[in-house]
Formats: sequence, structure tokens, C-alpha cells
Amino acid sequence: MAELAGAAAPFIDFRDVWLAYNDELLAQRQFAVEAIDLQVAQGEFIAIVGPSGCGKSTFMKLATGLKRPSRGSIVIDGREVDGPLKISGMAFQAPSLLPWRTTLDNVLLPLEIVEPYRSQFRSKRAEYAERARALLRQVGLGGYESKYPWQLSGGMQQRASICRALIHEPKMLLLDEPFGALDAFTREELWCTLRDLWQAQRFNVILVTHDLRESVFLADTVYVMSKSPGRFVVRRTIDLPRPRDLEITYTKHFTETVHELRGHIGAMRQPGAEVAP
Amino acid sequence: MSTPRRKLVERASPFVLMAVIALLWELVCRVFEVSEFVFPAPSAIWARLVEFHTVIAAHAWRTFWVTMVGFALAIVVGVLLGFIIGSSRLAYTAMYPLMTAFNALPKAAFVPILVVWFGIGVGPAVLTAFLISFFPITVNIATGLATLEPELEDVLRVLGAKRWDVLTKIGLPRSMPYFFASLKVAITLAFVGTTVSEMMAANEGIGYMLVSAGASMQMALAFAGLLVVGVMAMLMYELFSFIEKHTTGWAHRGSQAG
Repeated sequence: MAELAGAAAPFIDFRDVWLAYNDELLAQRQFAVEAIDLQVAQGEFIAIVGPSGCGKSTFMKLATGLKRPSRGSIVIDGREVDGPLKISGMAFQAPSLLPWRTTLDNVLLPLEIVEPYRSQFRSKRAEYAERARALLRQVGLGGYESKYPWQLSGGMQQRASICRALIHEPKMLLLDEPFGALDAFTREELWCTLRDLWQAQRFNVILVTHDLRESVFLADTVYVMSKSPGRFVVRRTIDLPRPRDLEITYTKHFTETVHELRGHIGAMRQPGAEVAP
Repeated sequence: MSTPRRKLVERASPFVLMAVIALLWELVCRVFEVSEFVFPAPSAIWARLVEFHTVIAAHAWRTFWVTMVGFALAIVVGVLLGFIIGSSRLAYTAMYPLMTAFNALPKAAFVPILVVWFGIGVGPAVLTAFLISFFPITVNIATGLATLEPELEDVLRVLGAKRWDVLTKIGLPRSMPYFFASLKVAITLAFVGTTVSEMMAANEGIGYMLVSAGASMQMALAFAGLLVVGVMAMLMYELFSFIEKHTTGWAHRGSQAG
């Protein structure tokens, strides 16, 4: 990670971050994540992979400012994180769309919350709705604006959820296993959707996943997290050329990279294993 | 059975059932020659209803608006209390036992007290209707707010939403189905409250009419009064059902979703 530290200030900067969920656990030195050091450049797409329960979601809570670290510091976009960040958008494994709102109104929700859109929401509603429609068209949901979430398939709901995470043009998109509940074909379709959105707008992405192929296909850098304590044990730069096509997932280089990462996770699952950083 | 036909049968079923019950009732009264002073037949009740329709209508109108005033009060207070209880864990813990205890008290027992405070007439009736019907509204609003999924909340909180935003954007709309469900229960209770209060302390209203009719052995008239209260409650119930279906359809989508 040293090569980044010397360059321009990183967009996301975690310095020796530790988190225990409460004081009791802190006293027992039971940390959910430990010694997280992470520097991410502007516009970089990173993926975090690891076995379930390794603290990936905890990491997300730290990155969004929903949780404060017990030790260490987190700087994002030049600012110390001390509360929820308005520059981030988030999507979860469950699409969690509001059933009483149409797809369009669901996508517009963040604009009703985040400034400066919030105060202009009434006067600029038509403009915002047009922006939401454009975004929905981009992910292949054109024509579904007035449908309710429960009238959409799981994949479509997840697309809408990603639109909602992006409508306020966040600088950082946080995805917590967003494709985990989808079937393999829909998942690959959505990889491409996400790839195209990212390629066009170049926001930062932190993707938490347990699908290694997904991480290698999408990310610039993959971090492997170990289980209890949750810490980064491997950082792997993915040097596959962009733009990447689904075909790339069948190349030897791709398979080898996935295999290599799989090896790290496999090694971790053996007791007493030590992995070089 | 084809779908439209099944729908028709479903829609007609309450009326068919009522007709069947009325017929059986009539039959029992005729066959066993039950005296009208003991158990009047539907035909006798109907005859009284037609005979005294102006008097009954006046009493019914009084009962109706008194109930509506009490019920409106119950909605306002019930929603506010529910909002407070549902949005703060401390308020929930502090108030719930007290509310439960209060709800267990028979509201009829309040009528004499209310008479002392407000005199005979509208006051006690409105307040009894209110006291008996605000509780289900409060409980339902509180439940709707307190059972908010944390994932939905997180969606807003990562955007820096305040508590108030979460309540108004997610909490309240999500509680709407609970709210309407409670209105349907509460409206029937409100009629009970008004009628009971009128029976004990009023010179007007169906409750008063019931007592007077009973005292003068006019059983058919008393039954006609009961019938009128039942019909009013039923109509209001249907009204709220209708509003519910047209505002919170998303919560009642059943298996047609897809």
C-alpha cells in the first residue's frame, strides 16, 4: 500500500482502525475489526471478500459513518468521518424499497433527504424525476417507473435499489453483498450494469461480497478479510484490462486470479494459519 | 366456478346470510308463537321501525354525531399518543403498563363520574366514546412505528437523515395499514361507548331510546334501536375499509403480486 501513500491524498484513508461494538467488548479486547489500514484513490473500485461473519458489514458501517471507530482515524474525501456521510450512497443485499412508493418515488427518496436537493425538491421535482427516469433507463428499468416494488422481480428491485443509491450523485457507492440473493444469470447481468454505471461516472465503489469471481470481475483492488478478528490479510491488485467483458471471466488469467484469492481464504480457514500481508 | 361469478357470490354473501338469519328468526317466532313482549319477530321490529321512523331517526342522528365527535377525538389523541410511544423506547416502557391498566377498566364505570363533571347529555357520551376507542388506535400506531425494519432505517440514516425524517418518510406511511385496521375496531367500540353512556345519562340518543322502550315494554322498538346502531357501525366500518383499500393497497396485495 506504500505506493499510494506517496501520491496525491487518498480519497478513503483508514489508519489503524479498530472497532469494538460496546465498552464491555472493548474492555475484553474483543474487536469486530482490527488494525484496518486502507488507502483508496479517487474513483477506485475496491472489493472486500472474506468468509461470512468476518466483519465486512462492520467495515461498511465504519465507512458510512454509522459507527465510529474505537481507535484510529477514518478520513474520507479530506474530512474526518464523524457521522453519516452525505456523499455516499448505499445498497444492501435486500433491496429494501418502500412498498408504498412507486419505483420512481423510491429512487427519488434520497433527494428528499440530502441537501442541496432537499430544499429544492418541490420546485425542481420535474427535473429530478427526469434524472431518475434517465438513471432507471440506464439500468434497463425504463417503463417500470410507476410500478410498485412488489410488482418487480428480485433483480429489477435490486437495480432500482442501486439507482436509489446513485440518484444524489454520491462520490462513494457502498454495496453490501448487493447481488447475493440473485440467481447466477441475473447476477452477471447486474455486474455489467454496475460496471457501465461506474465506467460512466467514476465514483468510488466499495463492494462487499463473498463471490470471488464478482470481486475480480468488477474491482481494481481486492482485499481479503480474515475472520475473527476481522482484518485485511491480502491486498490484490487486479490488472485485467478495462473495459472488461463477461468473456474475460473465462480466460486463464481471470481464473488464476480467482484461484489465488481462493487459496488465501482456504488458508485462513485452517486453524493457526498465518498469512503474509 | 368462474372468477366473476365467485366474486358476485362473495359480495352477496353477507346479505344472503342476514336474510337467512332474519327468515329463521321470523320462522321461530311464528312457529312457537313467541310473544312480542319477550322476543319480537323481525316483521314486528320492522313495523316499529317504520312506525317510529322520525323519532328513531332523530335519536340515531344524535348518537351518530356524538359518536363521530368522540371518535375524532380518539383519532387525534390516539395517533399522538401512539406516535410518542412508538418513537421512543423510554416512552414505550414508561407508558405501556399504565395504558393497559386503564384499558382494562370498564368504561361504563366512568359515566357517573363524567356526569358529575359535565352534567347529563353530550359531554359524558362524547367522552365515553373517546375513552373506549382511543386505545386500539394508540397501540396500532405504536406497533407500526416500533416494528420498523432496521434496514429501511439504515437506508435513510446513511444519507444523514434525522430521526424526524425517518419517522415521516418511513415510520408513518408504514403504520398506515395498522392505523386503518385500528379505525375499524375503534369505530365499533365508539358506538358502544356512546350507547352505554346514553343509556345511563342522556335524554336523547339511541341509548336513551333503548332504556325508555324497555321501560314501557316496547320490545320491538328496543330491537329496532339496536338494529339502527348496528347498521350505523357497519356502514362506518365499510367506509373505513373502502378508504383503507384505496390508500394502503400495497399492504393488502395478497397473492396477486407479480
